Amino acid sequence: MLKYVIRRLAATAVILTLVSMSVFVIFSVLPMDPARLTCGKACYPAVVEANRHRLGLDVPVHVQYGRFVKGLVAGREYGEGSARFECPAPAFGYSFNRHACVTDLIKEAFPVTFSLAIGAFVLWLAMGISLGVVAARKKGQWQDRASTVFVLVGTSLPTFISGLLILLFVALQFGLLNPLDMGRWVSPLDDPFKWFNIFIFPWATLALASAASYTRFTRSNVLETTNEDYIRTARAKGLSERVILRKHTLRAALAPIVTLAGLDFAGLLGGAIITEGIYNLPGLGRLSIRAVLQDYDLPVIVATTILAASFVVIMNLVVDIAYAYIDPRVRVQ
Amino acid sequence: MKNFLEVNNLNVAFPTEDGLVRATNEVSFSVARGETLAVVGESGSGKSVSSLAVMGLHNRKTAQITGSAILNLESGPVDVISADEEVVRRMRGKEMAMIFQDPMSALHPYYSIGDQLSEAWRLYNDGSKADGIKRATEMLDLVGIPNATKRVTEFPHQFSGGMRQRVMIAMALINNPSLLIADEPTTALDVTVQAQILKLIRDLQIEFNMAVILITHDLGVVAEVADRVNVMYAGRIVEQAKIDDAFYSPDHPYTIGLLQSIPRVGKQQRLHAIPGQPPSLINLPDGCSFRTRCEYSSQVSGNLCATKMPVLQEKVAGHLSRCHLEESQLKKAREAVN
Repeated sequence: MLKYVIRRLAATAVILTLVSMSVFVIFSVLPMDPARLTCGKACYPAVVEANRHRLGLDVPVHVQYGRFVKGLVAGREYGEGSARFECPAPAFGYSFNRHACVTDLIKEAFPVTFSLAIGAFVLWLAMGISLGVVAARKKGQWQDRASTVFVLVGTSLPTFISGLLILLFVALQFGLLNPLDMGRWVSPLDDPFKWFNIFIFPWATLALASAASYTRFTRSNVLETTNEDYIRTARAKGLSERVILRKHTLRAALAPIVTLAGLDFAGLLGGAIITEGIYNLPGLGRLSIRAVLQDYDLPVIVATTILAASFVVIMNLVVDIAYAYIDPRVRVQ
Repeated sequence: MKNFLEVNNLNVAFPTEDGLVRATNEVSFSVARGETLAVVGESGSGKSVSSLAVMGLHNRKTAQITGSAILNLESGPVDVISADEEVVRRMRGKEMAMIFQDPMSALHPYYSIGDQLSEAWRLYNDGSKADGIKRATEMLDLVGIPNATKRVTEFPHQFSGGMRQRVMIAMALINNPSLLIADEPTTALDVTVQAQILKLIRDLQIEFNMAVILITHDLGVVAEVADRVNVMYAGRIVEQAKIDDAFYSPDHPYTIGLLQSIPRVGKQQRLHAIPGQPPSLINLPDGCSFRTRCEYSSQVSGNLCATKMPVLQEKVAGHLSRCHLEESQLKKAREAVN
């Protein structure tokens, strides 16, 4: 098992290297000049060149990449003399637009995105699985049909519609969310109620869309498992329907959901761009979309891309390891 | 000897979009402790449906069940068909148990053998998980699984088909039931393993003094282990007899046809097959269900086979059959078998 994990971690490192290289190459061939963006309209070419040098953009792309990797390990220094400053390891670079080390920007944004992701994740799993189980147990009855309506609404409403609807007609309409709180980061350790208040609406927005598909997935898996021979065996043993559902049916029906949920969670951790935008949450999604669309901020883009990729790769590994505990058939050798 | 199970006039029907499927009709039989009743017939003849009804395993919302299936327990008789579902559930696994055709899929893949066996034991016994595992190990030992202490911790996928069927038997018998229903227990197994499993069921039947219902379509199996046999066709019992009577003086053309279709060593002729297909169980036609496939129906005068369903009558003591043919005509028909 340990050997397997080590092998997978090594593969992860390779994947992340390739991802970061691709991002570097893509941005070096794009017809835009980050150095030009560092100062305003009336800008002397000399200033642009000086900034290009300060940002380390005046060397070939492979040298830039080498410096980037070195910075990750050993930290990085910028500028000279009195203008000299340092980004400590692990340094993803320096954002000239934001005047901050990228690592610090990420440290600020990550708790927001993590709060958003974990809450939405818990909410949609709870909703999706319970609705799915109810729909399967009451197949063809009104509960099942009601869940179908929910699924249709959930999957067909894009988050930029449902998010705005929830914000306008629930959160603000009834005064449930103080607009001044939007855009603030409140740690749950400082003020758990405020934290919950700020995040509940974005959670609902994200959960609505995903819970719908999880409802469907759970429903079909439970129905499929109910027809398995081993469920008939459980019934022949004399177990009650409740025990059969909880212990025998759900165990088998929910195993594949672990895979799905792990990857969806990883995707969320990379930043929920639309939801963060609607609720003005200063998370990774907003950090990266601003870097891409406004600032052309290569260090931030590289950092958020690598981060998002590593969440996916690592969650994949976590799911595989978890699966070995769930399904004994995977636990070979 | 008082019978442990008495099934009377059992009808099971399933409403479908195409009409009512009458899966079993007027099925009556009984089994005593220590006795093995074989139920033979082709697929869809109602063998499994009637035994699932005895186990109370049909969904009462989707199946229409009439008649009775009375278990004569020490505490008094209980009718599985009319008793409260919760009462029936509490008898499953304890008074009556069932093993199924495909042992590869009948065990839960995510739980260890020990977990699954001790779960069954602890349902009816007060005891810790450790007690359950201990009991499970004893049972595995009893059904002939070598190295039971180690294997009890293993998972179903680590067992072969024959071993899994042994596990299923161990699980079925862990609460010492009085009735074991074995639904084609050897069909999915290798021939060499089949004999072992049958012998195991036979041995345990003696040890536990159980009534056994053995569902099969293999007449070889029937001859080997059964005391009596029910031959079923299109949801009805067409012949019910002691094993020797059924084999040496079959009273129904279907039974005769089945016996003719057994390959025999040294007999240099084409194997006899019963022509045609069994009828649909929706809107069964009047008259005998078997008549369209019956070689002898023309011998019955007055087109009786097409108009009147023959009644199940006892021609010789303990030997019932459902046919219009006269004894002299049957006698001639039997000669084809031997």
